[in-house]
Amino acid sequence: MDELLREYLPILVFIGVALGMAGVMVVASYVVARQNPDTEKVSAYECGFDPFDDARARFEVRFYLVSILFIIFDLEAAFLFPWAVVLNRIGIFGLASMLVFLGVLTVGFIYEWRKGALEWE
Amino acid sequence: MTAFVFYLFAALAIASGAMVVTARNPVHSVLFLILTFFNVAGLFILLGAEFVAMIMVIVYVGAVAVLFLFVVMMLDIHAVTLREGFTKILPVGAVVALVLFVELALVFGTWLMAPDLDAVRGAPTPAVGELSNTQAIGAVLYTDYVYLFQLAGIVLLVGMIGSIMLTLRARVGVKRQNPRTQANRPLEDCIEVKKVATGKGV
Repeated sequence: MDELLREYLPILVFIGVALGMAGVMVVASYVVARQNPDTEKVSAYECGFDPFDDARARFEVRFYLVSILFIIFDLEAAFLFPWAVVLNRIGIFGLASMLVFLGVLTVGFIYEWRKGALEWE
Repeated sequence: MTAFVFYLFAALAIASGAMVVTARNPVHSVLFLILTFFNVAGLFILLGAEFVAMIMVIVYVGAVAVLFLFVVMMLDIHAVTLREGFTKILPVGAVVALVLFVELALVFGTWLMAPDLDAVRGAPTPAVGELSNTQAIGAVLYTDYVYLFQLAGIVLLVGMIGSIMLTLRARVGVKRQNPRTQANRPLEDCIEVKKVATGKGV
């Protein structure tokens, strides 16, 4: 267990360095830079004219569909990783169970394709 | 050292979890949620559950949080208009929160672990030294728990079909290119040979 955690120690150090670096950049820009703000300088800049409206515009639900489908295939791929590392151990039954799983999702994939969910317009 | 890292991750997870529910801007809430996911992934690594930690980062941070961001943007919430009438519905909300709190307190107050729990556990994780976490999951997931695994596939299929049913609408009047009809177009429709007399136009 300790051995496993020791392997992750460089990542922890890396996270620490990244946090420190980000903190130094934010703080240093406050300390070093000359600051003399006024209302014109700190207002939102949009190519010279006043911003039209809020950034929170409604957008199409089709983006949502694309990302849902992405998550589903992402999870499908996540199931493949542990299967791939132990395939020599779980034998033909493990292979068959994965093939059934992939088959079920392929049914969904064909449905999606035929429905035209993968096409934009 | 391990204890220090644990308390660091746990404290950050709780603090950012609290920020998720208290942040005024919903987009900030989602960003704090991502921070919570990262800290929970760190806690999973401390438990030795490497695979779960990595899936946490890939699926939750990479996909689910992005989806939450989509939903937040799509709902077009304005924090100011949401807060209108806040004091009017506050008593009702307080009563609901109190009932939920009492329920949770009752559950946790009377909850006790079965003493021989370790004996009835179906698949205890082997020590990390002999089998890595990913292998330990793979060794039982596709054989011993095959029904649950197939059920997960069905759930994914239902999610896929459900989201297509809910959001996909065929748009009319769109000019779409169809390669097959283009290629199968008869030659007579495309080319016409005209006899033109010399010195005269068409």
